[in-house]
Amino acid sequence: MKRKAFLIDITECVGCGACYEACKEQNNLPQTSDDPLRDSLSDKTYTIVEQRGDFFVRRMCQHCEDPTCVSVCPVGAFTKTEVGAVLYDESKCLGCRYCMQACPFQIPRYEWGSVKPRVQKCIMCYDRVKNGELPACAEACPTGATLFGDRDEMIEIAKQRLAENPEKYYQHIYGLEEVGGTSVLYISPVPFEELGFNTKLLKTALPNFTHEALAKIPTLVTVGGVLLTGFYWLTNRKNEIAREKFEEKKKQNLRGEE
Amino acid sequence: MERLLKPTFWKVVGTVIFVLGLYTIYLRFTGGLAAVTNLNDHFPWGLWIGFDILCGVGMAAGGFTLCAIVYIFNIKKFKPIIRPTILTAFLGYLLVILALLIDLGRPWAIWHAIIMWNPRSVMFEVAWCVMLYTTVLFLEFSPVILERFKVEKLLKIIRGITIPLVILGILLSTLHQSSLGALYLIVPSKMHPLWYSTNLPWFFYLSAIGVGCAMIIFESYLSAKAFKKNLEFDLVSDVGRWIVVVMSAYLTWRFMDLLLNDKLNLLFVNSIETYLFWLEIIIGAIIPIILLAQPRIRLNRVGLFVSACFVIGGFLLNRLNVSVTSLQASSGVSYFPSVYEIIITLFLVTLGVTIFNLAVQYLPVYEKTKETIPIEFEVISDDELKTEPATK
Repeated sequence: MKRKAFLIDITECVGCGACYEACKEQNNLPQTSDDPLRDSLSDKTYTIVEQRGDFFVRRMCQHCEDPTCVSVCPVGAFTKTEVGAVLYDESKCLGCRYCMQACPFQIPRYEWGSVKPRVQKCIMCYDRVKNGELPACAEACPTGATLFGDRDEMIEIAKQRLAENPEKYYQHIYGLEEVGGTSVLYISPVPFEELGFNTKLLKTALPNFTHEALAKIPTLVTVGGVLLTGFYWLTNRKNEIAREKFEEKKKQNLRGEE
Repeated sequence: MERLLKPTFWKVVGTVIFVLGLYTIYLRFTGGLAAVTNLNDHFPWGLWIGFDILCGVGMAAGGFTLCAIVYIFNIKKFKPIIRPTILTAFLGYLLVILALLIDLGRPWAIWHAIIMWNPRSVMFEVAWCVMLYTTVLFLEFSPVILERFKVEKLLKIIRGITIPLVILGILLSTLHQSSLGALYLIVPSKMHPLWYSTNLPWFFYLSAIGVGCAMIIFESYLSAKAFKKNLEFDLVSDVGRWIVVVMSAYLTWRFMDLLLNDKLNLLFVNSIETYLFWLEIIIGAIIPIILLAQPRIRLNRVGLFVSACFVIGGFLLNRLNVSVTSLQASSGVSYFPSVYEIIITLFLVTLGVTIFNLAVQYLPVYEKTKETIPIEFEVISDDELKTEPATK
């Protein structure tokens, strides 16, 4: 199956909260607020709609192409699936929360009050997508503000909209290149920083930074091992020579005394 | 035994902390992390990761630093303090593991790292280093226990592999002292630019060596005081000279790094981050370098001890700055540890000091060091070569 993606067109979103309700229902999440616009992401809420001035912005997991959470998890509790969904496996999780610390979008949420806590976030309705269905939120969206399909296609649609209506859209597809690309793409009428997006993200996938450090380990261990053994041999040898000399001198002195 | 049970001020304080600590652990395991910490979705790592783990591991750096000095560079005059230093490092790591068990959300799964591999993860590497290095430290310390119970056969084997163990220990320490810094490489957009650097692993490593040296001085001073052991304190002043070298290199590198990345202007911005950065640099590097560069202070017991305390203080501030201060602004929330978080940290420190004291009482940590260390020959200095035989 091809890599999928969401395309969220902020000009189309009316803030009705249908995506929010559908997500709650699909994932059996308890009601946390009467008003989707006043709720916030939590272990019980995978997506929210935020009002920013005249506009409405959906927030959820970005499902990065090279996700930091997948890369940092010591036990591989996160996986990036073939369709692009980033999944979490609680049976592996240690609860170290490095995924939360490392996520550039500050998405993963934790069950802080639980003695068996899990990390919670949007999972792109993986079971539905796998079977060729739309994620619940995309299906529920009455205006077409949330589209879902092959990532290539979504990129094409986004590019087309930007090109056809240059006065309507700010000329940037958020998620196309941020942190190496994500499976959630946004197009917007205004610059993204005005909508509370983090626009200072690098274009490189963040795991590259740690990979560079980790790639040095084999060299460090080999060179370090050889150097340390070498030093040990040298200093030890020096001591032995010093001792031999000492003994010899002692003998000489004794002989001299005789 | 009677002496142990006699109440003193510090024993009372220790007992109170101990009881409060156990109560906090009870609360944590019945109510989750929310019951005892101020951590939240925006600030998932707090005092426990910052102090108990990052600082704990750093302060155990005396272990590998001294092992390198004694066994690899063959500076044998430090042998008398190698056992207490290894014991401190070993206890340090055990406490780090204990701290992890309290901090991890699902501590019963801690062993997963052994069979569920993700070699792309820095945390995975840290986990393996902690496991392996704790084992190495245990083996390095084991002769003390084996001697006490006179298990000669095992003792012989352990002594035979001392050098490979030491080399393995130094490599593992190098890897994960730096990896603790590498953990933060993945948050370039979250961390304050005064601390974020691709050289973070090197900064962590160099400062760990610096604080390792400082801990050697710190421990020698306190041991000499507390156990009335006749440690040759003058020898430790040499360590003070190395601190000057290591911390100067560290200081230069950090400022070069700021210069090369066009961040020097940040040093004069009026913000809490800037003040804490300067405080860290002044306390941890500038003051001790100035103090220890002077033989008058370096050769003075109290002067040396105070300088070491500055290095340690600056080091602690650095780790807390990296783990808390630098991430505060981007998190959008303000985090300050709860009373319970502070209690657990005090609890771990108290536990460490208590076990150290008990070990010193009942195991040959200080006694008989001369005969029991497997390397036979003392270093003979040139002076000795010239003078000693001639005097006869």
